[in-house]
Amino acid sequence: MAKPKVGYSRRTLLKAGGAALAASTLPAPMLWAQDTKDIVLRQFGTGVSNLNDVAKKVKEDLGITLEMTALDSDSVTQRAATQPDSFDIADIEYWICKKVWPTGNLQAMDVSKIDNYDKIVGIFKSGKLTPETDIAQGTAPHTVGFIEEPGAKTFASEQTNWMTLIPTIYNADTLGIRPDLIGRPIDTWAELLNPEFKGKASILDISSIGIMDMAMVCEAMGEVAYGDKGNMTKEEIDKTIAIFMEAKKAGQFRAFWKSFDESVNLMASGEVVIQSMWSPAITAVKSRGIDCVYQPLKEGYRSWGGGLGLSSSLSGMELDAAYDYINWYLSGWVGGYLMRQGYYSAVPETSKEFMSENEWGYWFEGKPATDTITSPTGDTLAAAGDVRDGGDFYERMGSVACWNAVMDENQYMVRKWNEFIAA
Amino acid sequence: MQIRNRHLLGWLEAVPLTLVLVAFLVAPIVMIVIVSFWGATEFSIYPAFQFDNYAYLFGSKVVLSVFISTFKYALITWIFTFAIGFTVAYFLAFHIRSLTMQVALFLICTIPFWTSNIIRMISWIPFLGRNGIANQTLISWGVIDEPLEWLLYSDFSVILAFVHLYTLFMVVPIFNTMMRIDKSLLEAARDNGASGFQTLRHVILPLTKPGIMIGTIFVVTLVMGDFITVRFMSGSQSANVGRLISNDIGLLQYPSAAATAVVLLCTVLIVIAILLRFVNIRKEL
Repeated sequence: MAKPKVGYSRRTLLKAGGAALAASTLPAPMLWAQDTKDIVLRQFGTGVSNLNDVAKKVKEDLGITLEMTALDSDSVTQRAATQPDSFDIADIEYWICKKVWPTGNLQAMDVSKIDNYDKIVGIFKSGKLTPETDIAQGTAPHTVGFIEEPGAKTFASEQTNWMTLIPTIYNADTLGIRPDLIGRPIDTWAELLNPEFKGKASILDISSIGIMDMAMVCEAMGEVAYGDKGNMTKEEIDKTIAIFMEAKKAGQFRAFWKSFDESVNLMASGEVVIQSMWSPAITAVKSRGIDCVYQPLKEGYRSWGGGLGLSSSLSGMELDAAYDYINWYLSGWVGGYLMRQGYYSAVPETSKEFMSENEWGYWFEGKPATDTITSPTGDTLAAAGDVRDGGDFYERMGSVACWNAVMDENQYMVRKWNEFIAA
Repeated sequence: MQIRNRHLLGWLEAVPLTLVLVAFLVAPIVMIVIVSFWGATEFSIYPAFQFDNYAYLFGSKVVLSVFISTFKYALITWIFTFAIGFTVAYFLAFHIRSLTMQVALFLICTIPFWTSNIIRMISWIPFLGRNGIANQTLISWGVIDEPLEWLLYSDFSVILAFVHLYTLFMVVPIFNTMMRIDKSLLEAARDNGASGFQTLRHVILPLTKPGIMIGTIFVVTLVMGDFITVRFMSGSQSANVGRLISNDIGLLQYPSAAATAVVLLCTVLIVIAILLRFVNIRKEL
């Protein structure tokens, strides 16, 4: 039988005694330090960046307890829009921000309190990666990144002192393929509807993202010319969906996927040889020893970005802790962690310090790996001599054709999307 | 104080249950009906009284086809679960002589239910897949040369999963009513020269009707409301009404989801009303 637990060990009693002593001599700061230990921040977001390792590390570094909930994109939107008191920090994507911000459930962030603001890459501030690059179509993060003043429901057209989300993570998405089952080079989005892959193609069933993939395909096929793929007219939506509906009826698709795991299983089991996919899903397939490529395509990438938003109910000490957390987030450790999985950090400079030269060269600079590349959890992702698909950071992010978007005609699009799925 | 009025006492006794039902059944349904007339934007719903949601529901060909496929799934699943459920129950009730054995075999029927619905459903996916066990076995036996594509992500796999998941709901009530049939009736039938089939048709079937109805109501309502099975087993390629509702909720279109739910609820109630025409359940219970 287990012995009854002793409530206090000698050590904790000593500690408590010491703290009490210190508190009586130096009251204010000691009390504060005691209090931050009790602070709990509830964060939710997509599985991409809601990682337990981050919670563990922030506990070590700052003493803040972070409670993570990972959900899919639709559930994230729902929760942010309908349950403002159920979270302190929303880890959401920029296109979701466009839906959620007008509900008033998030509060603007004071840029002057963000230490590394100047080092954040241009995409999130001016929209330009480098001064020469073009701004891609769709809901580019900088267009929903700022508001004029706290409380404003609409977005500012330029950088201001008030940010909606603090950018943390982003990537350029493309099609995933099984080279062993395809056996020839793939270089265009149009291949997704190539009858050669009848019954072996897939696309994701998240309308806001799926419609963008569809648009990349239709444009590549030369079937539809879009004014702005991220903000289609009803007519453009009709044409796009019609093309895919026809392909669906002809049996082009094996299945549609909604979650990360589904996409991995479809690809790994060989049900599908070409599909829209996310970069870590490719990694997951590869880690099972199956050849899978995140294929760069000549029309460019469909990109997405995520960031941290503060609940409007945050105030006082919790709010200060949230700022501490965000500053810590951008200070490098998390960035390194994310970049070693193939994503990009919003502040690459600081991440560099948390990556080896080999890792930085492989992930950021597009150089051949000088040694084995492993993920933060220890899986082997690449061998010495391998090169990352799509080249270096500037080449990849410079080839972004559009961002995940919420269109003016979103409701119409969603209805058409449901028709596509039900057809 | 002693309550003398028996009517009052009766009413008082009914109060707790009435309150629970009002709070957890009637009120939510009333709320859903109210919201189904509201309007929605991208991120909010606003009170209004409009028929837009219903107009879309009744005007859309897609919705019609989704309702048709919902009925199709329900009907085909019913046929299979009834055929299997009735046979199993018949075997348990009339061919197994000892009660211990009956109980033991009945418990064996419930073994699949020791894991969750989702797990039982998902485990079909690797089995039926293009390179799955079913296809590999068939190929190694030389029955087929190419993997059968329609095994997975098709109506076949959806109905297979439904039948697998819900047959027990048919077995239990049918078995229950069969057990209550007086065995002397069967002997009388035999003594009067009825064949096995005639006994089944004229004695057993009429007497098991209440069990069949209860099982049918279980299966039909479960299949009509289940959207997860349809989504996973069809690879999102098909839809039933449940999926329509879940899609709407996912996209924050609560009023539209509420309207669809109201229509689905009415449909299910009508189906049950029709079923109850065939048998007086209250008399049988």
